[in-house]
Amino acid sequence: MTLASLNLWVIAPEILLSVVACLVLLIDLFLPADRRPGVGYPLALFALLGAAMASLMGLDNGSMTALNELVISDGVGAVLKAGTGIGTAGVLIYSREYARVRGLWRAEYLVLILFAVVGMMTMIGANHLLTLYVGLELLALCLYSMIGMQRDSVRAAEAAMKYFVLGALASGILLYGMSLLYGLTGSLSLAELASSSGSFAPTNLPLLTAVVLIVAGLLFKLGVVPFHMWVPDVYDGSATSTTLFLSSVPKLAAFAIMLRLLAYGLGDWVSAWQDMLAIAAVLSISVGNIVAIAQTSIKRMLGYSTISHMGFLLLGFLGGTAHGYSASLSYVVIYTVITLGAFGIILLLSKPQFESDALSDLKGLNHRRPGLAFLMLIVMFSLAGVPPTAGFFAKLLVLQAALENGFLWTVIVAVVMAVVGAFYYLRVVKLMYFDLPDQDDQVLSAPELDHVSTAARWVLTVNVLSLVLVVPWIGNLVDWLTRTLGTFGRL
Amino acid sequence: MNWFDQHLLSLLIWFPVLGGIFVLATGDDRNAATARRMALGFSVAIFALSLPLWTRFDTQTAAMQFVEKTPWIERFSVYYSLGIDGIAMPLVLLTTFLTVIVIISGWQVISQRVAQYFAAFLIMEGLMIGVFCALDAVLFYLFWEAMLIPMFLIIGIWGGPNRVYAAIKFFLYTLLGSLLMLVALIYLYMVAQGSFDILEFHQLPLGATAQALIFFAFFAAFAVKVPMVPVHTWLPDAHVEAPTGGSVILAAITLKMGAYGFLRLCIPITPDAAHRFAPLVIGLSLVAVVYIALVALVQRDMKKLIAYSSISHMGFVTLGFFVFETMAMEGAVVQMISHGFVSGALFLCVGVLYDRLHSREIATYGGVAKVMPVFAFFLVFFAMANAGLPGTSGFVGEFLVILGTFSVNGWYAAAAALTLVFGAAYTLWMVKRVVFGPLTNSAVEGMNDVDSREFLILALVAIAVMALGLWPAPLLEVMHASVDNLLAHASVSKL
Repeated sequence: MTLASLNLWVIAPEILLSVVACLVLLIDLFLPADRRPGVGYPLALFALLGAAMASLMGLDNGSMTALNELVISDGVGAVLKAGTGIGTAGVLIYSREYARVRGLWRAEYLVLILFAVVGMMTMIGANHLLTLYVGLELLALCLYSMIGMQRDSVRAAEAAMKYFVLGALASGILLYGMSLLYGLTGSLSLAELASSSGSFAPTNLPLLTAVVLIVAGLLFKLGVVPFHMWVPDVYDGSATSTTLFLSSVPKLAAFAIMLRLLAYGLGDWVSAWQDMLAIAAVLSISVGNIVAIAQTSIKRMLGYSTISHMGFLLLGFLGGTAHGYSASLSYVVIYTVITLGAFGIILLLSKPQFESDALSDLKGLNHRRPGLAFLMLIVMFSLAGVPPTAGFFAKLLVLQAALENGFLWTVIVAVVMAVVGAFYYLRVVKLMYFDLPDQDDQVLSAPELDHVSTAARWVLTVNVLSLVLVVPWIGNLVDWLTRTLGTFGRL
Repeated sequence: MNWFDQHLLSLLIWFPVLGGIFVLATGDDRNAATARRMALGFSVAIFALSLPLWTRFDTQTAAMQFVEKTPWIERFSVYYSLGIDGIAMPLVLLTTFLTVIVIISGWQVISQRVAQYFAAFLIMEGLMIGVFCALDAVLFYLFWEAMLIPMFLIIGIWGGPNRVYAAIKFFLYTLLGSLLMLVALIYLYMVAQGSFDILEFHQLPLGATAQALIFFAFFAAFAVKVPMVPVHTWLPDAHVEAPTGGSVILAAITLKMGAYGFLRLCIPITPDAAHRFAPLVIGLSLVAVVYIALVALVQRDMKKLIAYSSISHMGFVTLGFFVFETMAMEGAVVQMISHGFVSGALFLCVGVLYDRLHSREIATYGGVAKVMPVFAFFLVFFAMANAGLPGTSGFVGEFLVILGTFSVNGWYAAAAALTLVFGAAYTLWMVKRVVFGPLTNSAVEGMNDVDSREFLILALVAIAVMALGLWPAPLLEVMHASVDNLLAHASVSKL
């Protein structure tokens, strides 16, 4: 085996990111403390955007495997990897000031983020159960430690612990399912799994058990009811910069492994997992939207909102059709952009001594910061799926896909719950636009950031406005995403 | 077809939206004067721009005119497809006309966040015109829903004390109905084998069960918007809390969107179900006409009274649609336009009083005619129009609906005709208590009569009401072909 036959450039983005991550760690040792982040940050940005570019260059090359078929590069992988890179770059830009004043902005933080991205890209490019699992664990371990880095916060420690214990359990479940699959097919390769799964009867109990375990593990990673308990606690307990990261880009990777495992590996077994997903989707949409109403913290509220959105994402998977997968792909991409905007705004609203993460902190925002209030308005209507925002089209696509596959009642429940959901998004708008800030409030009295990054403001504005401005070209976007999916799913 | 005709509707939709963004860009209240002037300039320009719709309209055909069609989302064959017929065209003109009125009416009253207020109305104008022009289901839904956002903000930001409750109730009621409609539209898309074209939906063969389900999904959306009993409860709340301009647009145009939905989607797509459930709709309409009129009679708040009167009058509209008779349906469309002017004007009148004494209670006033004779003239005139006095536009619509209904079922007509009594009762009684009688409240004595700005808007609407009442022929002529075509289409079973 020669080096050339390994097809190393397929994993060029991962290599670039790993090298830069090590560089950042190394440089950190030789620099005086005050100059460290100044070097690490541009390096990390460069690596992320470079990795995104590198993935996009492989977009039109068709499907190609590397490292003895351990990894694969295809259209959808390229798009998701690029999305991960660009999204994480956004995360870094938004969270810089916030993390700096809280003492989180250290080389380790950047390195953990970079390795998490390597993990996500590995998941996205996985063509083998082992690669997939390694990527998943790399991401999860980085996230656990990022949450735990805020050592003086009890809530962060609790969140890290909770996430770690439950995440380890879910990984175990997933691994158990994979081992059963290995026992049945004698291979860990997704391609072989896909070609051999047709030879089992639909009532084959071990295979069904494996499917159930795998679906359970995946649903945990997505944060779907009934495996959702960690989501609000982790969202709320982590520093907002960490919440921003873990709520946005990892969803792209989670979507990718759903696609690789369910749509590709177990694609012939749609009938075995579609009902499970339908129930989980309905529960998720209902529980997420109803419980979100009772929240007083924006981060918890958005946590429950995420639960409901992941339910909507699953609607696209129900039929196992190409239309459905492309709907889910569009959904997850648009959702990631919305979430980046939502937490980005909260980050820009925070002050050195003040988190701005309670709903009441948004009171009268239109008076104080009309620009940010307007951006938040767009984000909220996007989350609620009200036109003319991209969020509406995301919902339209998945609902259409689910209806096409005959899940009429699922869709009707989802639609009714979307109205329930609209209530708490509207409440945010109400707080910002209809209420006035309390005069004795901390919101007003807390000292401002001495330096607010203009880059963050501009990126955030573009990020949020794109949700509306993309609408005339939404057809092109959806078509483009659909084309990258290539041959996934039945037509 | 020249370039102008082909893109006129697009201009009418996007010019106001763009104008709204420009007005928004003037920033905070230090530039309020600029914002006001810009908004007025835009709205007048848009009204002028909409006049060619009337002059260049071909009244001989029921086909869509001024059509524009470009692919938008090709994967779902969604088109950016616009066009108007004789039913939509008057509604577009009503929208552009009333937006000018509303902007003038908010000239002095709105002193906080002025730019945002005027921008919201301009953006909403564009979106409402979009609803009336859209010929693609997704585009229709897009405008239909997007329009909620500015209205929600208008009620919530510039409304009365209970505005938050009213705004959220308004939004959620309409959203629930709309989303059910969305499910129906997606279903139709699949039956049509990949098309969202509303005109293609009209031709789709559908079974009885499917039609019934689709009918009720549409009904949920449109009945909430009209509003019909029993889902009308959001309207009094929203009207009472909204600022004057918001009430005017809400009563004059938003409600018409629901009625328009029946004509554009519900009846032509599910004609058999519409016939089958017509007794239900007629029953609900008659309840609105009679019972809600009685409810209006006992209101103490003028805005609530007009809100209930709106529901009652809109009952006439839905009654006129569902008896499936040419005269009744034309009467219903005339009633839509007429009610737009009359209810809008009544809300403007209440606004005039409210600006002076900050009270909407009927009991606060009394003897207004003594201190505000010109205003009293207008209020009495619009009250008469609301009661359906011959010579005003209110008479034409109601008379045609009753006449048409009579030829189908005498009892329906008899019940509907009761409104002429009740309508006169609640309107005139309110006028009597507000305008006439002795001056009981000393604050009323200090009120000034309408200024030139208020005189201008009330006079403009009064002229429209008179013109429509004395000579409705042009309006009837415009819609005649379209209504005939719709009824002919609806009489053919799809089963």
